[in-house]
Amino acid sequence: MYAYDQYDQQMVDARVAEFRDQARRRLEGKLTEDQFKPLRLMNGLYLQLHAYMLRVAIPYGTLNSRQMTMLGDIADRYDRGYGHFTTRQNIQYNWIKLEDAADILADLATVEMHATQTSGNCIRNISSDHFAGAAHDEVVDPRPYAELLRQWSSFHPEFSYLPRKFKICVIASEKDRAAMRLHDIGIRIIERDGELGAQFFVGGGMGRTPMIAPMVRDFVALDQLVTYAEACLRVYNRYGRRDNKYKARIKILVHELGAEEYTRQVEEEFAHLLEQGVEPPFAELERIRTFFTDPPFEDDAKSVERSDPDFAVWVDRNTHRHKHDAYVSAVISLKPVGGIPGDATGEQMRLMARLAKQYSFDEIRVMHTQNVVLPHVRIADLPALWAELHEAGLGAPNMDTIEDIIACPGLDYCSLANARSIPLAQRISERFDKSGKTGKLGELKLKISGCINACGHHHAGHIGILGVDKKGKENYQLSLGGSEAEDVSLAKITGPGFDEDGVIEAVEKVTDLYLAQRTEGERFIDTYRRLGMEPFKEALYG
Amino acid sequence: MRILTGNDLKTGAVVWWTGEFWSLHVDEAVDVGERAEEIMAAEEAARRVNVPYAIEATREDDGHVRPAHIKDRVRALGPTVRPDLTLKPQDPEALDWVI
Amino acid sequence: MVEAGDFGTSPDDVQFRFRDDEPVDHGTVTVDSALEQTNANAVRIEPGDDARLLLPFLDRLALVEINFPAFTDGRGYSAARILREAGYAGELRAVGDVLIDQLSHMRRCGFDSFAPDKRLDEEDAKRAFATWEKVYQHAADTALTGRATIAQRRHGEGA
Repeated sequence: MYAYDQYDQQMVDARVAEFRDQARRRLEGKLTEDQFKPLRLMNGLYLQLHAYMLRVAIPYGTLNSRQMTMLGDIADRYDRGYGHFTTRQNIQYNWIKLEDAADILADLATVEMHATQTSGNCIRNISSDHFAGAAHDEVVDPRPYAELLRQWSSFHPEFSYLPRKFKICVIASEKDRAAMRLHDIGIRIIERDGELGAQFFVGGGMGRTPMIAPMVRDFVALDQLVTYAEACLRVYNRYGRRDNKYKARIKILVHELGAEEYTRQVEEEFAHLLEQGVEPPFAELERIRTFFTDPPFEDDAKSVERSDPDFAVWVDRNTHRHKHDAYVSAVISLKPVGGIPGDATGEQMRLMARLAKQYSFDEIRVMHTQNVVLPHVRIADLPALWAELHEAGLGAPNMDTIEDIIACPGLDYCSLANARSIPLAQRISERFDKSGKTGKLGELKLKISGCINACGHHHAGHIGILGVDKKGKENYQLSLGGSEAEDVSLAKITGPGFDEDGVIEAVEKVTDLYLAQRTEGERFIDTYRRLGMEPFKEALYG
Repeated sequence: MRILTGNDLKTGAVVWWTGEFWSLHVDEAVDVGERAEEIMAAEEAARRVNVPYAIEATREDDGHVRPAHIKDRVRALGPTVRPDLTLKPQDPEALDWVI
Repeated sequence: MVEAGDFGTSPDDVQFRFRDDEPVDHGTVTVDSALEQTNANAVRIEPGDDARLLLPFLDRLALVEINFPAFTDGRGYSAARILREAGYAGELRAVGDVLIDQLSHMRRCGFDSFAPDKRLDEEDAKRAFATWEKVYQHAADTALTGRATIAQRRHGEGA
């Protein structure tokens, strides 16, 4: 993975010093909260429901054991012993003091980490496929391109006061494991006639008005990647709406102009910028690529003894095919039945760090589904790994099942929320575990958002749940048929909402209908697409 | 009644105006009536509170102060899914009070 | 006779200036007016204006003010870079809600003069202008001064 050189290190060190000064000026009253707010947001520091919340960047979801250990230490030293892995591959801490924030950033800087641009109207963490560099079906490892764009977007002088936040995703496979089409800019690296290039999709997003990003360019040469991105951003900075916070994302601009006109403006700007020397020297991309070469894989057993049924289930559900036939990628579940999705204690983080060092060439990934991946595990090591995970409560064999719920922090933690999402996730996973239906249901992506901002990605859920405020009481809308994968689609609301008990019953009803109606090999989403909404509506509302 | 709440500037802790200082405990909040804006302006300027705002609340029979909106009740207590991290970890009725 | 406008800032309003020449001693006209009048040499760009409309007349402009009515409105940064990319060599002045923490980004986008609504602390400003010892990305400053980006330094290019 990428390692800082002196320039990267100087940059984070200088930013820590700058923030320390800004925080001091705030505490001394030289800055009002209105003046300080955009500055602290640029360093990922929110004022949230219970305290300050710090969102630490995990670039394209990749980190090593040293970094994960530090994240665990920060949880213990500065917070209340735990952190939350987010739907953008970052981690957030909920109980931060402003007076500690600069020290935390300084600690992070010692392990090449930061909290820059994880909030605010700027370019955010660039996300990627959590199996990048390991997956058997990728054209190339997408992360060098994500790293190139990360540096380009960091402290960009023109794009620090955008109309709204900006999220970029880079993948390199046909399969979309990172919800690429639901980003402001989604990039897919492809191969065409023996040459690598980038497909650009612009204008996706969730929130109030979910949209799937249309393709804007089908092939950008890799030595023009930054220039093309800059063109897309400049058109947005100039013409994105600033009159209404809820219409300020680029998806609204693309929608209102039309993809064709937006594309035309980008192409014009791109042609102009090509003459300005914006692109870094190609040698820089080549340099970054050298950090992403394969670890020293060894030929070994291609299968493992599966007589233990619990182990077998875990292998079937939680491991993913690797490009090397003696390895797999293993998913560490942060969704224990009845647990809080995505939370991990400091101790668990240090354990994951050790396991990564021991079993995965010291590499870890954070999934946007709030689980953690050890990307390169020898198949022969799986029994030992699983035994440790199982003992530590990190071995739930539920990846992509109904128990693998994505849930935003919701009203328990977030001041934007209308309803609590975590208790719902807990009750649903408990219910389906108890009834034994989890396995029968197979792949079922259930996503819960506590408000319309959709941080739980409910628009992209096979089953989606949205928390709303109904006359001061928590209420939940159910939606069906969303997908974040390459078969991307947006979920549709079933009808009137439910209270907490009601929505759990509703989930039971729609899954029962699926079990009764499915044909061979159909997932929930397939059956829904075949039958349409009507039978589900009938089952819910009679 | 109308009470004031905000966050402590340094620690970020949720606080409630008692008439004299900002307390962690919502039960100590007082009715500020018409003086909300005046108090908030002074306290914020002196940096004794950050981003204060006024909310509706009722004083219950047992003396507890209950914010009208569930969001402020969650702020008053702590996350319902982590009773151990709330202000009343031993109180079995705390969760019911929030909802 | 140069058409003087009623808008804009005067040299007295300028708190920081990185030019040796004399500042224009009259007000600016709006972009619309500048397009009509053939001899205006000082123009004020509002966030909604298209800076490229001025491209045919850049040679006769000695001062372009770019207004930031709210510091959160970042359109002026693009306008500034666009003008510098087009070869504009006159004074480029940031006016309005210009605070300490925007100064360095503005400088990088090509502004060489600053007239904030509220005068800023001199020491804080000096520190702010010196924020970026090294920079990741290309912008107006790297173009104008030949200053190398970090990527260029890594590969022995540029100063």
